[in-house]
Amino acid sequence: MTVSTDTTVVSAALSALATVRDPELDEPITTLGFVASCVVSCEGRAVVRLRLPTYFCAPNFAFLMVADAYDAVTAVQGVRSAEVILEDHFASDAINAGVAAQAGFVQSFDGEAVAELGDLRAQFLRKAVMAGTDQVCRPLVAAGVTPAELLVLTLGAVPASPELLRLRERRAELGLAAGDDAPLLIDPGTGARIDEAAVPLHLRKARVTRAGIEANTSICSGMFRVRYPDG
Amino acid sequence: MYEKDGEKYFIVDSHMHYWNAAPSNWVKGAEQYAKGWIECFHAYQSLGPQETHWPIEKFMGYTEDDLMKDVFEDGYVDIAVFQPTYLKEWYAEGFNTTERNAALGEKHPGMFIANTRFDPRDGDVGLEELRRNVERYGSKGVKLYTAEWNNGSRGYKLSDPAAYRYLEKAQELGIKNIHVHKGPTIWPLDKDAFDVSDVDHAATDFPELNFIVEHVGLPRIEDFCFMATQEPNVYAGLSVVIGGLMHARPKFFARVMGELLFWVGEDKMTFGSDYGIWEPKWQIEGFVDWDYPSDEFSDFPRVTTATKKKILGLNAARLYDIKVPAEYQLPVVPSAREAEESAQLVTES
Repeated sequence: MTVSTDTTVVSAALSALATVRDPELDEPITTLGFVASCVVSCEGRAVVRLRLPTYFCAPNFAFLMVADAYDAVTAVQGVRSAEVILEDHFASDAINAGVAAQAGFVQSFDGEAVAELGDLRAQFLRKAVMAGTDQVCRPLVAAGVTPAELLVLTLGAVPASPELLRLRERRAELGLAAGDDAPLLIDPGTGARIDEAAVPLHLRKARVTRAGIEANTSICSGMFRVRYPDG
Repeated sequence: MYEKDGEKYFIVDSHMHYWNAAPSNWVKGAEQYAKGWIECFHAYQSLGPQETHWPIEKFMGYTEDDLMKDVFEDGYVDIAVFQPTYLKEWYAEGFNTTERNAALGEKHPGMFIANTRFDPRDGDVGLEELRRNVERYGSKGVKLYTAEWNNGSRGYKLSDPAAYRYLEKAQELGIKNIHVHKGPTIWPLDKDAFDVSDVDHAATDFPELNFIVEHVGLPRIEDFCFMATQEPNVYAGLSVVIGGLMHARPKFFARVMGELLFWVGEDKMTFGSDYGIWEPKWQIEGFVDWDYPSDEFSDFPRVTTATKKKILGLNAARLYDIKVPAEYQLPVVPSAREAEESAQLVTES
């Protein structure tokens, strides 16, 4: 449901929400169906309702999505104030109140959390980089590119693809080299090049990381469809 | 037992439940959690074939007759291992306790193994309860649910000193198998609560215990795989993998199985139906028929009849010292070293 007298503001708000990702699944919350509604009143007050696959989805990832959605919608031209409401979740109250007050995670879960969620986000970005490495490398390997050749390949030398663009974006978010001259194979923790002997293991790790994220996504979307069959 | 194409499979369901989640068992003031929990479980069931779905009313409190029919009569299972989960903050008499499971088991001798559980936050009282349960029910395994809420705490880690104290006691009492569940866990809140590194620490420090990571650490298969390849006493419990993926997402199922066979290996993977979430029948039939769907999987380890026999029962039978009749055993093939040794003996004589 999207209601506004000004449809351009609503579509701008939805575009902004499309930049918010589930940090664990590395997919936009809009394509995952997590945005239940986005409404902007004539006065520029935006109300966004979010929903998740289960009542017990991890509260830290849920908090990040609600907070990111708040930031994204607030930045839209024509939006004067925003409210983001997470529905049907055991920690809805703490998360909604915390984000509304821009209180941060530690304050929102007083006594239960000691750190903000930057490290957690980075940890999952590193997984996204590994999964992206598999997405980019697997077609190359299938086409006969050897490990030794992969080792010297730069991002600029890989044929353009949505997967390559995504890999570059995730690397850039982590502050890792993402330009044309940057090596394709790096350790997402340190940014260091991979040793030649370690290439096969690196590719295996990239493959299992991608399998894990994609299996997780498939279970989450299956659960989501049961919970919100009309969504 | 299950028979297909002349092959006989001994079936150990190493992870199943007999729970009571009916509203009459919900703790006053915590109804939303009790309801949220069982509805979440019920949604998992929908990932299985449609004809095996139950209405929520049955799902909240299936009967002894349902269980005996679904698991043994229709479900091919020879021995089923009860894995208790207490959740007493939400379910007044517990979700499925050692006592509830064992009471059913005692009515059907030889069909069940009653595992117990512990919670390291329960102090000396909990240690004493563990001792009593092991003595009374002969438990050889425990199910640990690290995300359980307990007096304001939202969870614990297996590497906590208190957990080590319990693991030491469990080992002393004769427990061999530690089934760890990283479920829909939420603690520690500011970290990845599904992280399995605490299992890694415990497995290193307790080499004589086996650690069966249920649901293969889902949603963190990659972390689990990296760990399991380094720890000889870490096993992959396949509950949820078969139930949640084989029917609903066959391609992802193939990829996850391929990864597990590569990193963990067919000798360290165990079948668990996760009943009452999913009935074992379709899982066993489907798994015996299963193979990789395409050439895309050619660089994963092959899946043979022996692989399936091990996963469906022989591996868990080894963990629980279950005597498997000869007709279900794999033909004994001497290892290369044994063959060499016997060849040497022949030469020497």
